[in-house]
Amino acid sequence: MNKSLLKKITSNQLFIPLLALFLLAIINLIVDPSFFKVTLGTNNEGNPVLSGYLITILDYGSELAILAIGMTLVTSASGGQDISVGATIAITGSAMLRVLCGSNTRPEQLAAPIIVAFLVACIVGMLCGAFNGALVSIFKIQPMIATLILFTAGRSIAAWINNNELPIVPDPKFKYFGGFIPGIPIPTTVFIVIICVIVTALILKFTNLGLYTQSVGINEKSSRLNGINPTMIKMLAFIFLGLCVAVASLIKVSRLATINYSVIAKDIEMDAILAVALGGNSLSGGKFNIWASVLGAYIIQFLTTTLYKFNVQSDALAAYKAVVVILLVVFSAPKVRESLSRLKTKKALKAVNKGETK
Amino acid sequence: MKKAIALTMASVVALSLAGCSSKETTKATTAAATTAAPTTTQAETTEASKETEATKTESSGLIKVGIINNDPNESGYRTANDADLKAMFTKENGYDASFAYSLKNDEQIQAAQTFIQNEVDYLLLSAADTAGWDTVLQDAQAAGVKVILFDRTIDADPSLYEASIVSDMKKEGQTAVDWLASQNLTEYNVIHIQGVMGSAAQQGRSGALDTKANAESNWTIVKQQTAEWNAEKAQQIVQSVIDSGASFNVIYAENDDMAKGAVAALDAAGISHGVGKDVIVMGFDCNKWALEELLAKNWNYDGQCNPFQASYIDSIIKDLEAGKAPAEKTIIMEEKGFDASTITQDDVNKYGIG
Amino acid sequence: MENTTLLEMRSIDKSFPGVHALQNVDFTLRSGEIHALMGENGAGKSTLIKVLTGVYSKDQGVINLDGRFDVKIHSPQDAQNLGISTVYQEITLCPNLTVAENMYIGRGKKPITNWRKMNSDADKILRKLDIPARATQQLGTCSIAVQQMVAIARAVDMDCKVLILDEPTSSLDEQEVEKLFGLMRDLKATGVGIIFVTHFLDQVYEVCDRITVLRDGQLVGEYEIKDLPRVQLVSKMLGKEMDDLSDIKSDQDAYLGEDADEPVYEATQLWSDAGIKPFDFHIRKGEVNGFTGLLGSGRSESVRAIFGADRVLGGIVRMHGRQVHIRGPKDAMKNGIAYLPEDRKIDGIIGDLSVRENIILALQVMKGFFKPFTKAQAYAFADEYIKKLNIKTASADTPVKSLSGGNQQKVILARWLLMHPEYLILDEPTRGIDVGTKIDIQKLVLELAKDGMSITFISSETDEMLRTCSRLIVMRDRKVVGELSGEDLTQSMIMSTIAGGE
Repeated sequence: MNKSLLKKITSNQLFIPLLALFLLAIINLIVDPSFFKVTLGTNNEGNPVLSGYLITILDYGSELAILAIGMTLVTSASGGQDISVGATIAITGSAMLRVLCGSNTRPEQLAAPIIVAFLVACIVGMLCGAFNGALVSIFKIQPMIATLILFTAGRSIAAWINNNELPIVPDPKFKYFGGFIPGIPIPTTVFIVIICVIVTALILKFTNLGLYTQSVGINEKSSRLNGINPTMIKMLAFIFLGLCVAVASLIKVSRLATINYSVIAKDIEMDAILAVALGGNSLSGGKFNIWASVLGAYIIQFLTTTLYKFNVQSDALAAYKAVVVILLVVFSAPKVRESLSRLKTKKALKAVNKGETK
Repeated sequence: MKKAIALTMASVVALSLAGCSSKETTKATTAAATTAAPTTTQAETTEASKETEATKTESSGLIKVGIINNDPNESGYRTANDADLKAMFTKENGYDASFAYSLKNDEQIQAAQTFIQNEVDYLLLSAADTAGWDTVLQDAQAAGVKVILFDRTIDADPSLYEASIVSDMKKEGQTAVDWLASQNLTEYNVIHIQGVMGSAAQQGRSGALDTKANAESNWTIVKQQTAEWNAEKAQQIVQSVIDSGASFNVIYAENDDMAKGAVAALDAAGISHGVGKDVIVMGFDCNKWALEELLAKNWNYDGQCNPFQASYIDSIIKDLEAGKAPAEKTIIMEEKGFDASTITQDDVNKYGIG
Repeated sequence: MENTTLLEMRSIDKSFPGVHALQNVDFTLRSGEIHALMGENGAGKSTLIKVLTGVYSKDQGVINLDGRFDVKIHSPQDAQNLGISTVYQEITLCPNLTVAENMYIGRGKKPITNWRKMNSDADKILRKLDIPARATQQLGTCSIAVQQMVAIARAVDMDCKVLILDEPTSSLDEQEVEKLFGLMRDLKATGVGIIFVTHFLDQVYEVCDRITVLRDGQLVGEYEIKDLPRVQLVSKMLGKEMDDLSDIKSDQDAYLGEDADEPVYEATQLWSDAGIKPFDFHIRKGEVNGFTGLLGSGRSESVRAIFGADRVLGGIVRMHGRQVHIRGPKDAMKNGIAYLPEDRKIDGIIGDLSVRENIILALQVMKGFFKPFTKAQAYAFADEYIKKLNIKTASADTPVKSLSGGNQQKVILARWLLMHPEYLILDEPTRGIDVGTKIDIQKLVLELAKDGMSITFISSETDEMLRTCSRLIVMRDRKVVGELSGEDLTQSMIMSTIAGGE
């Protein structure tokens, strides 16, 4: 009975991400228990804010969590990944700045309401997604190759939107999205993620997006013969990711009220893909679990924050993430899993034998 | 025997592929340059060069210069630098200029070779990396192209170039550290946010602080991390220090973007900063918005890194055309450090870039 | 040389999570014999073969080969080195390599390949076995049948002692099967032991010397072919005495008379981009008809055109006399047409999805993107059809790919039945599945027709079609060449119509 329970647990998709989270937490707890301390203070606007490593992880992991949602769908439907999300964040962020500031780089007040800028960013993000989606679904280009186009050109397009200028948004209210709303001590980004998660959950509940996406990802031919339009489903997945990108860029731009096109959200696509993989989703498409990906995103941020705390040089972070990827790939390989389970059976057998001889 | 032939064939194919791909890279470089700076395209460049080839024999009034720079989107500094060069090297001022942009050394070297082939009179170079330039500069010398370095030095024999107009990053760092020392704090607990490791700016600006912190007993580096010129990373680094509960009273960020990121973290944690407040904030590069922060007394210090080298280059070219060699091979530009308590609106207008 | 034991498998045991696939199974192969391994899907044939070829490692048991006690087979490479070669039902070669490369890939011990020698050797073998392919031809350009034969040629050339043929005939036509049998007899004469796995009973009795029957992972027994009549073999495989075959015969009359006046579906000059010539076709309420013809005659392409699975290029389609436009599968589904495709792995199942999701898929698509079934509804549908069609699955949540072939087929059948179509197209529903399920499906077809459903049934086993269909459309070279019904529905008439002689 114990054996089957253990097997059930280890074969669960959430097992690896939860184990990783648990290990990280344990390491931090042993080295420095104050890691988990959360304190209530006030920020420079005089508003109450929570602070501490845990809050930092929740806050800074937000963009990644939102991107992981879209990346999971794209991965599932197309069997490939979108590597242009970082560059697309620069584009949507730049579009947002352009609408907010007009042609003036140092405006006294907003040229347009924030909601308009956000909607424009959403449309731009969805257009970028549709562009990638069309290349993948209609022209049948490998997703990584198709998205390489925006990956390469995206940051230049972002710079072009604002004539190479770096406008700064003057309205302090705009900073709420990446910071704190007065009177609420929890980072706004946490709420944005919760909204995204709820909206996604509702979409998955009240439409067949999940079923169709997985069908197309597992067997495109078969899905077509069941009346599903695979082209449309892949397009939808990429457009959805475009929307996620727009939301993530709202947070990114809001954090500093401006962006630097050449470095904003740099390499975030790799983290987003890693989040999907860390969640135990197959990178070759098919079955997916979005919540596992979101969990994966926070684990990556947990790791990043932990490494910063241990004074690891930030340009070496990528190397540590690579180690995680290697471990992940090795542990999820069927061969290793099989031998692990064999090991467990052997141990169980030994225990039984011992019991018998006694 | 046949096997050997097959092997040879295979390697020949592989080589020819490699050849193709390197050509591809050249194209990619120019394509990148095109997208990076919509105002200058490769088409323009080649047209311009054709034009000059044609006009050279007829009326060679213009001095032909090829300018290799870093991507103007890299930072406000670079944008200002590029704009300054573009304003100087115009037809009206007697120049026929072509531009190439890349953050990668190999792409820059390719661009240099293209310029040499196009027979420019002067090659103006801001190298992405210090190493690897000897061969191409020897080619330039052989072809009679005069090379002037600006903004960044390279590891090459000084005889290969006419002059080098640079900022002295060490001096910038020293000026900043001297200013910090003059604040006469009883204790210096510094968060040191570095640029991309190994870059000249990082080495120069870090060096002075490191030396001082080692020499003085009341100077402590609470945290030394690279944020790779990136505001977001700087914000996370400072956040990490705040979360750890360590106390600090100075933020020494090696550029304005990173200082901005650091300040965002301070704001969120309710830590006051600026003139007469808990934490001293220091940045570099004198972006206009950064100087405005100084003027508002939110930051304390900003070190200049002068991007306006065009006039220096112009006068050197004029001298060379007149047959005069520049007096000094290395020309160091004048650079200031601004203190929030003394800065004026005029300074912001005059020295602020972007 | 007859009757020397070549291979002995003793007390083989193998478990997978939730399944005890092999329990204490013995198997003996003598040199110079063709030994049929029979059993329903899920009986353990595949597992036994995979244990023998090193794909799976056995949990317990001993394998003795050619006088060597307890040989260790940990990988297909080990098996190959011991002289055990396998040709699988699915082509496991690389379509983008040449025929010769496929025959020699992974075999050379030398680091450098002599291409010319390899090609000439390959050509020699191909000629010897009378296989219509050139050594330098890309394998993907050959027909499936030829690819299969190349796979056999590869195995034959490896000086094997034990040759395993895992359903090699399921994609071959009769001539090709004959050729293969000739080849098998030749090999037998040289002392090779052949393990032959097939679902075609005729073929077993044509070439085999012995039969070993497995059922539910256990050994039923080993028999000399002459001691085991067909009916007994079937009953041993199913584990019960049954007369189902004759039952079906008597059912046939029930619907023959019902010839409603207006066709449910009618197509004139329909054609698609799959290369078929325009054809006329109709089906009435409660009718079972079929397309027959040799492999590649265009029978599958015809029904695909009806369903809109390929791009329809022309033709007029009427349902109940009203003209409709069917441009894709969804249009067909809206008009009450369902299509069970020929290749269930590629076109049918969504492997990683659960049995439940696979069953509800078509109906769900019909219902609409914004109206998903609730979990409870989905489970109710799935459970209903799991029971109705007797689908053997651990639960409705089991991934469909872990089911046996016959049960996968039932899942797809359930998917379309759930839609309650007016017109159901079944393209090779009985291919590669066990006898019991075959009979189940044929009976089901007749029952559904009795309830008024129109059904087009395609099978490469002519007797199945004769048993179920009241009208046969005969095809040759992608063209309809004849239509048979009533008295004409005999094996010999079909043959002569296909052959085209007057």
